[in-house]
Amino acid sequence: MPSLKKVTKTGNEVFAEAMRQINPDVVAAYPITPATEIVQIFSQFVADGLVKTEYIAVESEHSAMSACIGSSAAGARTMTGTSAQGLALMWEMLYIAAGLKLPIIMAVVNRALSAPINIHCDHSDTMGARDSGWIQIYSENVQEAYDNLIQAVRIAEHPDVRLPVMATTDGFILSHCLEVAEILNDSDVQSFVGIPPERPTVLDFDKPITLGALDLQDYYFEHRRQIAEAMTRSIKVINDIADKYAKLSGRKYEFFEKYQLDDAEYAIVLIGSTAGTAKDVVDKLRSQGKKVGLLKIRVFRPFDYMKVRQTLENIKVIGVMDRADGLNAYCGPLYTEICTSLYESEKKPALANYIYGLGGREVKEQDIETIFDDLFKIGKEGKTVTTKYIGVR
Amino acid sequence: MPSIKELAKRKEKFVSGHRLCPGCGAGVVARLVMNAIDKPVVVGCATGCLEVSSTIFPYSSWDTPFIHSAFENAAATVSGVETAYRSLKKQGKIDKDVVFVAFGGDGGTYDIGLQSLSGAAERGHKMLYVCYNNQAYMNTGIQRSSATPKGASTTTSPAGKVIPGKIQFSKDIMGIMIAHNIPYAAQTIPGRWNDITNKVEKAINTDGFSFINVLSPCRLGWPHKPEIAMEITRLAVETCFWPLYEVIDGKYKLNYKPKEKKPIIEWLKIQGRFAHLLKPGNEKIIEGIQQEVDRRWENLLKKCESSV
Repeated sequence: MPSLKKVTKTGNEVFAEAMRQINPDVVAAYPITPATEIVQIFSQFVADGLVKTEYIAVESEHSAMSACIGSSAAGARTMTGTSAQGLALMWEMLYIAAGLKLPIIMAVVNRALSAPINIHCDHSDTMGARDSGWIQIYSENVQEAYDNLIQAVRIAEHPDVRLPVMATTDGFILSHCLEVAEILNDSDVQSFVGIPPERPTVLDFDKPITLGALDLQDYYFEHRRQIAEAMTRSIKVINDIADKYAKLSGRKYEFFEKYQLDDAEYAIVLIGSTAGTAKDVVDKLRSQGKKVGLLKIRVFRPFDYMKVRQTLENIKVIGVMDRADGLNAYCGPLYTEICTSLYESEKKPALANYIYGLGGREVKEQDIETIFDDLFKIGKEGKTVTTKYIGVR
Repeated sequence: MPSIKELAKRKEKFVSGHRLCPGCGAGVVARLVMNAIDKPVVVGCATGCLEVSSTIFPYSSWDTPFIHSAFENAAATVSGVETAYRSLKKQGKIDKDVVFVAFGGDGGTYDIGLQSLSGAAERGHKMLYVCYNNQAYMNTGIQRSSATPKGASTTTSPAGKVIPGKIQFSKDIMGIMIAHNIPYAAQTIPGRWNDITNKVEKAINTDGFSFINVLSPCRLGWPHKPEIAMEITRLAVETCFWPLYEVIDGKYKLNYKPKEKKPIIEWLKIQGRFAHLLKPGNEKIIEGIQQEVDRRWENLLKKCESSV
């Protein structure tokens, strides 16, 4: 086991630290709250000569992703960071990064989208990017954020995948809060990420390529299909890389984390930092003899429907907590995925959806207890409920 | 500068088989620009006529590395390629001396791409940005842009019963780019191969960002007879509508002064987009256009004189 160093850092600081250790060829980024610190800290690393990186201080997030696309197309290991409106401004280019099969790695700090303007946490920004062809890995805490960003490099660049990856933290809750995390040695991170596997680039003059060609009715569909297949193949790659990372760090990550779930009758499914609070509630209810558990989704894209079904189908009642609203007059985005996962199951647990924490609205243990109470009631009365909003006036 | 014989012997990097219209300026511009570059070159292109007509999968007219990502970001995209190159070169992973060129139409340059262009120019990437300026959104069906000249009828500034085509004069993109204090900016036409070749050669040998604005005739949008495409660009120069000049480190230099400045109507009357202006009652509009052409020309002459 390589030596590890315990540090006290914020989510933004560990993202920047991971970027320093990854030492990418190019970073192109633009400031945005609450992700600004990542690029500020990283700029200092560049200014102090601690990295070999060429840093492009672009004039917008649209140009940030455009420059990342150019850089990655040239074969450079390329990273960026953003949040909320910045991610929204990148929208067009997110699809193009994935469509051109470019392994760009992005640190995202989850924040609510305008309007009304708000700088605090929810998942509406990245949920909107869920169909863009980017792999999405969410973090419960600062440690996971660090570990996820390092693994993201190998996942993105794997020849079976070659898709961009975003690793995220919850805005302010993780980005600005100090936590203790274990940091790997620089040399271990360097040998883990290794030299990027070869791929065609626009700096190859012996075999010049035309990248971003016009695809009409005769080829577009096949090329989009290739992206879908890469996303499917990435499931195995993500697990393989998690195994390799476990050997290095002692921390093993799955697509999702089960907490007290094996014999649970009532469970909550959620994404991100609220898992920490939910685990405390599960412990409390368990001590009262209640069979409750938690499923924390870590990798949202690709979504491992089969595994989620196998994991959840024996639960009696499931409450899905969404930190983003689908605005579809029905439910949030995570609920849709969980519902889809369970459709093929003969057992079909009862499901309920809870929208919470929009715009950084605090979620307390009491809120999660209320949800469990609701699940108990559904279990008793056998009635499903429509989507409920938690903690809203 | 190479002779035309030498140019003809160079290996073409923009090759035949593209599907641009007969009489289109963009293909001539691309070929002349590429021929002027006798080094390994990476080309980026904004979405537009040149890109969609030259890269229809699985074919490509680019016998050199080429990248297109979107409409408004050719400068940002190529700035990323150029930065990656610098990073890899510093690390000893590439040793070639490489040139970077971005092509954008006037829409992708004057309008939607202006921010990305400004950003790349301000950051000083070593790249050449070429605007092939056909003065409207020709690829999407001849809509007005801020490069469209006053009086031109387009599909979104049509000549009607009460509005006589585009109301505004074109944006001064050269002034905007020069205000970025870039080391090289120039205006040229494909109708003078030596002028454009010379300028591209200067631009790629400039240490920093360079910008060339090329008038590029559109036989469908202007419209004109395809066989006069090159002649029409020369007439734009003779009327002083499109002066040939360059700005090197802030110093203006006029490259050609017509012996006898032709009236603007000579240029307007051979293009369908101005046909409505020739009808009786519109003399004042033509007069106004002439005055603006004169004003801009006199301004340019003053700048050139004071730069000596």
